[in-house]
Amino acid sequence: MNLEFKVEGGDFTLAGNASSQIKKMLKQLNIDPKIVKRVVIALYEAEVNIVAHAYRGIITAEIDPHGVRLKLEDEGPGIPDIEKAMTPGFSTASEQVREMGFGAGMGLPNISENADDFRIESEVGKGTTLYINYNF
Amino acid sequence: MSSTTYNRALEILNDVCIGCSHCMKVCPTEALRVTAGKAKIHVDWCIDCGECYRICPNRAIRVMDDDFKQIFKYKRRVLLVPSVFYAQFDDSVPRERIYEIIGELGFTEVCAVEQSVDTLLKEEREYVKNSDEPVISSFCPAVIRLIQVRFPSLVDKIMTLLPPLEITAQYYKRKHEQEGGNPDDLGLFYLTPCIGKIAAVKSPVGGYNSPITGVINMDYFFNKVFLAYKQRIPITTSVKVNSEISSKGVLYPTTGGEAAHIEGRTLAIDGMANVIDFLEMMENEDIEGVDFLELRACDESCAGGILSHRNRFLTAEAMRKFASQTSDTHKLVDEYKRFTSAVIHMEQIEPRSMVKYDWNIEIALEKMEKARELKDLFPGIDCGACGAPSCEALAEDIAKGQGEISSCIFLRTLYEKRGELGVDEAVKIMEKIWGDSRFNKV
Repeated sequence: MNLEFKVEGGDFTLAGNASSQIKKMLKQLNIDPKIVKRVVIALYEAEVNIVAHAYRGIITAEIDPHGVRLKLEDEGPGIPDIEKAMTPGFSTASEQVREMGFGAGMGLPNISENADDFRIESEVGKGTTLYINYNF
Repeated sequence: MSSTTYNRALEILNDVCIGCSHCMKVCPTEALRVTAGKAKIHVDWCIDCGECYRICPNRAIRVMDDDFKQIFKYKRRVLLVPSVFYAQFDDSVPRERIYEIIGELGFTEVCAVEQSVDTLLKEEREYVKNSDEPVISSFCPAVIRLIQVRFPSLVDKIMTLLPPLEITAQYYKRKHEQEGGNPDDLGLFYLTPCIGKIAAVKSPVGGYNSPITGVINMDYFFNKVFLAYKQRIPITTSVKVNSEISSKGVLYPTTGGEAAHIEGRTLAIDGMANVIDFLEMMENEDIEGVDFLELRACDESCAGGILSHRNRFLTAEAMRKFASQTSDTHKLVDEYKRFTSAVIHMEQIEPRSMVKYDWNIEIALEKMEKARELKDLFPGIDCGACGAPSCEALAEDIAKGQGEISSCIFLRTLYEKRGELGVDEAVKIMEKIWGDSRFNKV
């Protein structure tokens, strides 16, 4: 099954829509709650990243009997130094974003930790794409 | 729809049900459907919250409580009375008189359920201190069942301590046995303001067997007591009253009455919709740094219990008033500590899957995909005219082979316009969902 969600930059009120929808479906498929939890943590973090740092993005999810593959593709500033962004605690978030309780680092290490398989591609001035995969 | 051991608390009376679908609209797990003019419960999905019972305008939902007469099978008949019961009466009804009437109705002893709260709170504080946050209170049985069914990933957050009722019952049982009483003589009856508690006593979670003999419906019993009061029945028997309770005990079943005594950052949330909202957030790991959560399915907690007769705000007010006149400890606290030793721990609570589509993931995925396609066909106004609570629920039912596309009144009108469906057929479909008798009126 293929799903697609649009994400708008700056709209924190709607952030979490994709993760909520996917969570609901995985639960209805009786996927192990431990896996569901890891999917939700990583996806929510990545979704908020698009809202906080990019202009807009598209999340696609592909669910089959063997697992779920997530792709988060954004149009945004891109990440100049991926290695640095993967360091726990590193953050470029604005004061405004931090005040809302977001932006304590991009959470990329957290996403990677909660994924079975994680890949990131980024081009400065164009955008960033994350691939997050899980096996059931 | 097969029956399982899960649901024991609610039953729909087919003869009384008029299929008005009010219950279907309020069920938090979408466990109800209307077919042939009658509501049907999907028992595996029911969490015994009683929202359907509360809203039913026709009293067609029966609470599976115990037959009152069974109390007379026991020589020593103890009624465990929750503080919310006395708050059903206004101030003009003296408590002594209520005790007398309870005795006259057949009980030999009256006891305060929340007698064990002081001991329990001490254990709760220790438990919360030594556990990973957040700890979810195990007090509300509807919340436990809601988590089992809808939030299985959170079951390990539920505190594995027994609620006050069970501890008080343990105390009585042990004391009875210690005093040399014959175990067969003791009947411990719980007067319940809550439907979930009936299921909790009949089929407890967490590998625990309750010492409680039976459950008495508080709504039923209130009427019995109040009638006796109004008719001024003569008192011919005596009743032993063990009403020891602290202000903490009185307030424990009200909103905030538990959380107030736990150290750290605590939240008290009442009302089914509020609890569900919060659990969704918790499941997304959106909540950080909260040590303890008091979650109660009913608005105003047990004061708004399904079997509570009086307005919930007046009931809660009466409980607060009584608490303000009560000491913050009582003389049995030490004895409780001795007899119940430590609080009895439950085993881990198991998740309970709703099995939405199928256990086989390939089949489940196929059905889910079909349901998504169907959902897009429907108008999305969740009118319920199909006999399902929402367009999404109908789509799911059809995908599972338990529903028809033509059940949708919008699509049916379209099919009629296109000439694909005759008027007679359309009426037949309506009758199939809502029953023939509905259409005989005009």
